[in-house]
Amino acid sequence: MGVKMTPGTKHESGIITTKLDEVLRWGRKNSLWPLPFGTACCAIEFMGVVSSPFDLSRFGAEIVRFSPRQSDLMLVAGTINYKIGPVMRRIYDQMCEPKYVISMGACACSGGFYDNYAAIQGIDQIVPVDVFIPGCPPRPDAVLNAIVKLQEKIAKEPQRGLRHIGREHGES
Amino acid sequence: MANLDDILNVIKDRHADADVSVEDSFGDAVMVVAKSQLLDVLTSLKQEGFDLLLDIAGVDNMKREAPERFELVYMLYSVGQDLRLRVKVYVPEDDLNVPSATGLWQAANWGEREAFDMFGFNFEGHPNLERILCHREFVGHALRKDYPTLKGQWATSTSDLRPDLERE
Ligand code: SF4
Repeated sequence: MGVKMTPGTKHESGIITTKLDEVLRWGRKNSLWPLPFGTACCAIEFMGVVSSPFDLSRFGAEIVRFSPRQSDLMLVAGTINYKIGPVMRRIYDQMCEPKYVISMGACACSGGFYDNYAAIQGIDQIVPVDVFIPGCPPRPDAVLNAIVKLQEKIAKEPQRGLRHIGREHGES
Repeated sequence: MANLDDILNVIKDRHADADVSVEDSFGDAVMVVAKSQLLDVLTSLKQEGFDLLLDIAGVDNMKREAPERFELVYMLYSVGQDLRLRVKVYVPEDDLNVPSATGLWQAANWGEREAFDMFGFNFEGHPNLERILCHREFVGHALRKDYPTLKGQWATSTSDLRPDLERE
């Protein structure tokens, strides 16, 4: 999990030792706050993912936020057309670092069967995507799998250290 | 309750010079009207009880036999008499001006914006003739038969959903 008991420490005292990066990554991956950018049927499937039968809260990502300021995972669920493209990009830009994107469903990943003048053929053309989920719509299990994959990715993020955190917050 | 034939005969008599003809299409009456008389005939139809405009559709006849390249179809419904009628008008490619029906039915507002967006009809007298489905940077008209179906166009700015609110 990143935070490990160091051999020899007296954890009965309530103190554990670890590295700062490890704690940050451990916290980030287990408390993703998704922003559901739902535009079509996949968003309905996402409701199933959050509800009790599939229970996204087992993975710490159940706090769904509709404000980019309060979320760190944009979950694009649905057909993205050229008209809403700039809206999606602006919402992504408004999210604070570190931020992640999951592209849910055939439409978001590749335009799906909407190969026409209106639909963007894959949202990776306007935002960086961490995990793609195939399916039309993907089953909730697949979405849970994507969250787990993203957690694995976050756990492997390069070391950033305190100085980098300072820069993220605009300090030099 | 008046039946459809009576109403159509009234309209035909009233607009004897308007070149109004009625045909049957899949069980619904279709009235074909010359463009110059369109607004007069629509006004009469509203007076005769067609109080609901269901939709306005554009058609591009580029790839089939037809009197003109474009046509507009107004789908009317009479709530009180449970009657349906389609009104069709042919629009030549070199004169896309059509009088707006927004003065008769509020519903014409968005319907005409869609027909303008997809085919390029110019509805004279429309209060806000802007694109409604495609974004405002879109060039061309997507449902014309000579528009390449797969040609997407990037948008760089967002459109205002309620320009009347944005302008304040
Ligand atoms: S991928 Fe399928 S289910 Fe998902 S938004 Fe597209 S059409 Fe709907």
